[in-house]
Amino acid sequence: MKKVLVLAVFALATAVMYAGGYRVSLQGQKSLAMGHTGVAVINSSELVFFNPAGLVHLENKLNISAGVSGVFANVAYQNEATGAYAETDNSTSTPLYLYASYKATDWLAFGLGVYTPYGSSVTYEDDWAGSHLVNNIELAAIFVQPTVSFKIGEYLSFGGGPIFVTGSVNFNRNLNRTLTDLEGNRSNVTIDATGINEWGWTVGAMFTPTKELTVGANYRSKIDMNVEDGDATFENIPNSPLTPFEDTTFDASLPLPAEITVGLSYQFCEKWLFAFDVNRTFWDVYESLDIDFANENIPDSKNARNYKNASTYRFGLQYDATKMFTLRAGYYFDESPVQDGYFAPETPRNDSNGYTAGFTVNVGEHFEVDASFLYLHFKEVDASYDYYFENGQAAPFGGTYKNSVFVPGLGVTYKM
Amino acid sequence: MKNTIKICLGLLAIGFVSCEPEFDNPVTNDGFYTSGSANVTNYVAVGNSLTAGYADGALYITGQENSYPNIMAQQFAKAGGGEFTQPLMNDNIGGLLLNGTQVFENRFVLAVGASGNPSPVRLIGTPTTEVTTSATGPFNNMGVPGAKSFHLNAAGYGAANPWFARFQTSSSASVIGDAASMNPTFFSLWIGNNDILSYATSGGIGVDQTGNFDPTSYGSNDITDPLVFAGAYSAQVDALMASSTGGVLVNIPDVTSIPYFTTVPAQSIPLDAATAGAINAQFALYNSQVLPGLVGAGIISAEEAAARQINFSAGVNFPIMSDDDLTNVSAILQGPPFNLPAAVAGLLGQLRQANDNDLVVLTASSVLGTTPDPTNPTGVIGVSIPLGDQYVLTAVEQGRVSAAVTAYNATIKALADANDLAFVDARAALAQVASTGVAFDAGVLTSAFVTGGAFSLDGVHPTPRGYAYTANLMITAINRKYDATIPLVNIGNYATVTLSNN
Repeated sequence: MKKVLVLAVFALATAVMYAGGYRVSLQGQKSLAMGHTGVAVINSSELVFFNPAGLVHLENKLNISAGVSGVFANVAYQNEATGAYAETDNSTSTPLYLYASYKATDWLAFGLGVYTPYGSSVTYEDDWAGSHLVNNIELAAIFVQPTVSFKIGEYLSFGGGPIFVTGSVNFNRNLNRTLTDLEGNRSNVTIDATGINEWGWTVGAMFTPTKELTVGANYRSKIDMNVEDGDATFENIPNSPLTPFEDTTFDASLPLPAEITVGLSYQFCEKWLFAFDVNRTFWDVYESLDIDFANENIPDSKNARNYKNASTYRFGLQYDATKMFTLRAGYYFDESPVQDGYFAPETPRNDSNGYTAGFTVNVGEHFEVDASFLYLHFKEVDASYDYYFENGQAAPFGGTYKNSVFVPGLGVTYKM
Repeated sequence: MKNTIKICLGLLAIGFVSCEPEFDNPVTNDGFYTSGSANVTNYVAVGNSLTAGYADGALYITGQENSYPNIMAQQFAKAGGGEFTQPLMNDNIGGLLLNGTQVFENRFVLAVGASGNPSPVRLIGTPTTEVTTSATGPFNNMGVPGAKSFHLNAAGYGAANPWFARFQTSSSASVIGDAASMNPTFFSLWIGNNDILSYATSGGIGVDQTGNFDPTSYGSNDITDPLVFAGAYSAQVDALMASSTGGVLVNIPDVTSIPYFTTVPAQSIPLDAATAGAINAQFALYNSQVLPGLVGAGIISAEEAAARQINFSAGVNFPIMSDDDLTNVSAILQGPPFNLPAAVAGLLGQLRQANDNDLVVLTASSVLGTTPDPTNPTGVIGVSIPLGDQYVLTAVEQGRVSAAVTAYNATIKALADANDLAFVDARAALAQVASTGVAFDAGVLTSAFVTGGAFSLDGVHPTPRGYAYTANLMITAINRKYDATIPLVNIGNYATVTLSNN
């Protein structure tokens, strides 16, 4: 088990870009196929993430689910006034998850989860039109969550546990729009930090008044990823005392916001299950991305973000077609936390519609193969980031953005 | 199970093929931008150092990459423009070698000296661009630093100008001939600046050749006769028009608003009351006896005598200077009744004090107030030694420049109209940069030296940002004339002066 976990953690280090802000909703193939609903769906150990209170309701003694998604996410940018055009060249990322639950008694279950709900990976061509804001960025945060779940009475259960987060960040941008060395190479900075470790927690509740109806709620705490003494590396700096840039360390903090999910599922006509979730993510904690360089001669980098709280509305359907096949489909509407004028190209996010589908193949008594597919549709949007300053004067960076996200995913479930 | 794998692979395949985000109206689509009635597939730029991308007192790669023709060509490429070739230098040091000997200096960079103040200095380094082994032309960018209007038509001009020798197609080639041999579908022509610029930057030590129609008799710092200019210019337009669907002509700015003439104040000699009084005492006889005597003898007018009065006071003073438009009284002063010694008479020969109408050139800052003879601490330039004629462009000299520019510009405008070509009023544009500045997304582009953003460290040639602004002026004129939709560039994305300590 330990070996598997280490392997999974290693593979998760490549994270993905998309979902509101840098939130990445890919925490289970079964749930994802149903519009990433799950706070009130009792069907697998994916509940470790979606609502730990439900684990105690699982029929089997042991449930293990693991999965991987292939994320094909790209961003295109253009500016009609200047003719500038850029496309991201993101490598395909493959976020994974692993959940296990063990039912100790009729009223008590334990679980463990490893998953990546936050991440961002965007790679533009170096020195593109917005290179003073970002050339490339990679954020990864791996959550490890031991979980307990217990029943109180016939209808009510609770669950939760601490969350250990280990994260990393690598971010490169040009220092400004014009500074170069003598050979014309643009001056840039890379900040890099790994092994950022923090703690958080989650708690959930589930109410099952009838066999058909389940109501659930889950809360995940805010976690501040605090970077101390990360490495800041400056490149192509002119040889001049007028440019005080030299390699140094930096401190920074990035919040992984709290979120609450409430929802219900209703089983109708025997074989059909309908699920509805509402997520509310408290993005307003992300006011600014500030990089505080240790070298006092180097001006600190302040980047207003001013995110607003955002909701996601999720709908899912499950149909037990045959003994062997379970089919799923879903839809969600994902509000962007980005406000007008704060549209930064490192997470160029506007509202999106997610269309999902998937199925499970029951292979024998203990083994299931889960597949899902997500297409996230964004309207193209004219947007700008207005809080970049040169000598105290704002130099807005704007244009038209279009995102595309396709995510096929595969998972396996073992139960005993 | 097999089927499952197939389905999953199928899903993955969908992911691969349909991943690229597509705009409803991508700017990369053919036809999004158009060049209107002009055809910009083969654009050829003809001109002088401004066209070559010269900056910071030199030609070097990044400067050339930011030449206005190259910036324009990159925007043309979005509207059907083709490849644009330039005779790129070998390095970013600047400087040029002729048979191994350096014939042009390295570029300026902004360096912080021992005093802690940033100032332009020549970059130290050995240039590697050799005239004799440079690539052969012709190139799309036919900008030749130093070229005057009539030079472009001269066969064998490469013998006189190593910049052209670098990429001439043969030793008997002319610039305009090589340019025309490219069969341009579109051209820009910006020439004539040097026909007055070298006169101006040399403080007017050359000759105004207006009335002299033989350019072979001109010196390098002379002002070209306007008819000579008109003849050369109209031949160039004809040569370029032969294959082109259109072009853009650019007029000559008023050079006296560039930082080379506006950075060093005319009033530059700080004196305390005691020193001022002592100097005035030395000029007392000159003011009260010599000048009235010259007027009395009918040698100079009363007005000239008044202009030649020397008066220092406590505070910042105008330097004394030598003005070659004054009557030279040196010989007269050596004879009776003045009988002055030759040295004193020489000092007073064309002496006056500078005034508010004079423009002191940038290079004067390194001589003003200095003592050229260390054994004589009282010999201070501007106080007891007149500032040389080459350091001051006087009002009279400015008038000659202005008259010539006015005549040239009338020719350029008339030819643009006659040939239905796009026209850029660079004179008005530079005047705006110099007076109010030009706003861009994060500031104002002005002609203040070093800090204004428009002019490079030689005080004459633009920075990349200044060239980008020039390119926008051209594109705007082209869009208007040819009903084109070529996009402008954001000048805030272009660099200003380069920082570097040797």
